[in-house]
Amino acid sequence: MRPLFKFHGGVHPATHKAESTRTPIALAPIPTKLVIPLHQHVGNRAVPVVQVGERVLKGQIIGRPEGRLSSAVHASTSGTVSAIDMQLVAHHSGLPDLCVTLIPDGKDEWIAHSGVDYRQTEHTDLRHLLRQAGVVGLGGAVFPSDMKSYSHKHKIKTLVLNGAECEPYITCDDMLMRERAGDILRGAEVLRELLYAEEVLIGIEDNKPEAIAAMQKAVLDDKHAHMEVIAVPTLYPGGGAKQLIRVLTGIEVAAGVRSTEMGVQCFNVATAYCVWRAITFGEPLLSRIVTVTGNVEHAQNYEVLLGTPVDELVALAGSRADTNKHIMGGPMMGVDLPSGSVGVTKATNCIIEASPKLFPPPPPALPCIRCTRCADVCPAELQPQELFWFSKAKDFGKAQEYHLFDCIECGACAYVCPSQIPLVQYYRFAKSEIWQRERDAQAADLARERHEYRLMRIEREKQEKAERLAQKEKAALAAKAASPAPAVNPEPAHTSSAADPDDTLQMRIDAAVARAKAQAATAQPKNVNALTPQQQAEIAEIEARRAKIREMASHAGADDEPPKSNQG
Amino acid sequence: MWSSPFITQPSSVSQIMLRVLIALIPGIALYVWYFGPAILVSIALASVTALATEAVMLKLRQRPLGPFLSDNSALLTAWLLALSIPALAPWWMVVVGTAFAIAISKHLYGGLGNNPFNPAMIGYAVLIISFPVHMTHWITPHGMGGIELSFGEQLDYIFNGVLPDGLKLDAVTMATPLDTLKTQLHLGLSVNDIRDMPIYGHLAGKGSEMVALGFAIGGLYLLSIRIISWHLPVAFLASLFATAGIFHLVDSVHYVTPLFHWFSGAAMLGAFFILTDPVTSPTTAKGKLIFAAGAGLLTYLIRAFGGFPDGMAFATLLMNICVPLIDAWTQPRVFGKKGEGK
Repeated sequence: MRPLFKFHGGVHPATHKAESTRTPIALAPIPTKLVIPLHQHVGNRAVPVVQVGERVLKGQIIGRPEGRLSSAVHASTSGTVSAIDMQLVAHHSGLPDLCVTLIPDGKDEWIAHSGVDYRQTEHTDLRHLLRQAGVVGLGGAVFPSDMKSYSHKHKIKTLVLNGAECEPYITCDDMLMRERAGDILRGAEVLRELLYAEEVLIGIEDNKPEAIAAMQKAVLDDKHAHMEVIAVPTLYPGGGAKQLIRVLTGIEVAAGVRSTEMGVQCFNVATAYCVWRAITFGEPLLSRIVTVTGNVEHAQNYEVLLGTPVDELVALAGSRADTNKHIMGGPMMGVDLPSGSVGVTKATNCIIEASPKLFPPPPPALPCIRCTRCADVCPAELQPQELFWFSKAKDFGKAQEYHLFDCIECGACAYVCPSQIPLVQYYRFAKSEIWQRERDAQAADLARERHEYRLMRIEREKQEKAERLAQKEKAALAAKAASPAPAVNPEPAHTSSAADPDDTLQMRIDAAVARAKAQAATAQPKNVNALTPQQQAEIAEIEARRAKIREMASHAGADDEPPKSNQG
Repeated sequence: MWSSPFITQPSSVSQIMLRVLIALIPGIALYVWYFGPAILVSIALASVTALATEAVMLKLRQRPLGPFLSDNSALLTAWLLALSIPALAPWWMVVVGTAFAIAISKHLYGGLGNNPFNPAMIGYAVLIISFPVHMTHWITPHGMGGIELSFGEQLDYIFNGVLPDGLKLDAVTMATPLDTLKTQLHLGLSVNDIRDMPIYGHLAGKGSEMVALGFAIGGLYLLSIRIISWHLPVAFLASLFATAGIFHLVDSVHYVTPLFHWFSGAAMLGAFFILTDPVTSPTTAKGKLIFAAGAGLLTYLIRAFGGFPDGMAFATLLMNICVPLIDAWTQPRVFGKKGEGK
């Protein structure tokens, strides 16, 4: 028995997982249209490479990866491109993004594709294949897998495979593990190869005995050495990468630190499955397992083509009439979708049909009584009551001092708050405000530097001009000296003034440069400077919501009232 | 748009406060058993005053009445204050003390969650400073062979200040065991001689020691359902015990046993119900230990060397002042940053 570790806090919300695990994964039919966003991953948006009216085949790239951190987007089935335009997307910003709309022809005709033997292929090529196959983290973070599967030899000891699935309602990983354990482990083996990892630890919460049994059987059947399936205690947010790494290895990965620096890398089980399909069969990421549950007649997991409109998907499960919103993800960290017309993306692990009966709106918030239940459950070991206080008071400096940016927004604090304060909302607000201010400050720094450079340039040009004049005069004097009868005065004023700027200007320029350097040196390191590309992408997303939250906060009362969420 | 989390645990401030009120019941029951039902009258009086004051203040502050009146926090303040002062206190004292606690020490600082000082203890401090004589008339416990007032007679005294013919207040009341101890020590008696007096029982004052035990039982219930954390009562009682123990060991003629201190005055009520007010105590584990240990030390020092018989209220208020500082000093390390400097 491997000794397990604990992380601080955590909560036990009702799991509601049984509803959607009664029947096997069903194949969702090809919908009437597909709305495929070109930005389904962390990093740069894919660039469209098809034209409106063009016929595309299943698996054909419709968006090529752009820049280092990006991923390809494919046609999920064969059909005709009917539009490439801005549409609402399944994303918490609630803002439209560029999408390719595809009208399927029903033939589901594949583009020519073939896989490789990963043992015979260079690692660089394997990573390129993953990027071209659009494989990204399917746990919800959608970070391009090619970027995560790079390591120097002996740097990574442990590959953690995340099958914890700690959020209530979601069962897509559970069902995938029950039904396709073999391919998941084969994919994990590929990732282990790529990372030169010594061991693979597969963490599954102990409320999924069937998945644990299936995975253990697969490990034995396929004689995977270095692999171990470990049942971890059911405790939200035990499926957070950092929490799972802590539980399995005892390592604590601090905010802003990459787990790889501490010898651990973490992938979701569904990602491992897609890695295997992409490498061995050349199948790009065209579909994923989505749990459809909540206010439906028959909760069920579906294998869904990416781009399938949520409306069409939930109709399969029999969404009830009193459904008033679609939540993407779980009830703890999920997103209230802006519309049912948005397409399923690589991040869509679950759609919960919500009704006022299922998720009653919270009662009005009372003031914080400092009971510290939030601190008791915070997995990041923060003091949420202090962060709340500072965020509400817009004392952002203090909020950062109390480690606001270590908050993973898991929602455990708000879940237990007896005053029903929407704490996470306050933290998101504070984070986005801080990002904005730092960006403003950076812009100001840049403007000042530009201004100083401009002054320097003007001085330099003056000096050069003066030098040119002096040269000219010298030349003229020399010419005069050479000529027999110099009648014209040599304008001595110019020569003397030309020598003077030489020194003083140079001094002033040096001083300006020194000033600029000193300023640069004393400038505080900003959060925005140390960001990972993923965080930068998140900032952009959060920025989009910022205006909205700020508006809510500005409506909030002077002392007691939290920002009002408008329930529309 | 509505943002996550979309589910919350069904808990509320009003539920927490209600549980604390319930936890007070064993102590109150024993109080009634030993000292008669007068305490119920002052609890009722304080409750009505607290709710009325709360309503007026909410109205003045333009806050909704419903959610705040039903949060039970004003009731808790009222009960704690009523339990801290003599049961036979005249009605207007209860009203003044409670109204001051709610209006001045709670609402003028921003209402629920924003008051730096424990409102009940502020109410107590106001009363003991303003009406010191009234605060010394405690009912003689049941079974002492003295004259016992009927419930009707108690009511008559509380509301009209009238005692049955021929009775003086001193005949039906007494000073608290702590007060008596202090006075008799001044008169030159030894601890042993004083402890032989009829008002003392097994551990401390007859009757009052049992009430203290009742509060301890209620406190253990709160610990078991995790409404309060162990840090505050344990650190307070340990600190009080240790300080009293040292003095007792050095000079047992002039200093009573630590157990006497535990079961006297407001020690048990304070340990489990007053220091544990979340609003006015520190939020960090280390901070709670420092806060409660400080309160234990101060309680002892005031009892043994101060001008008042009991030190619980002033010790609490003095430590309340330190809470922001204690919290700032005791911020724990966060996930992944163990062993690092702040």
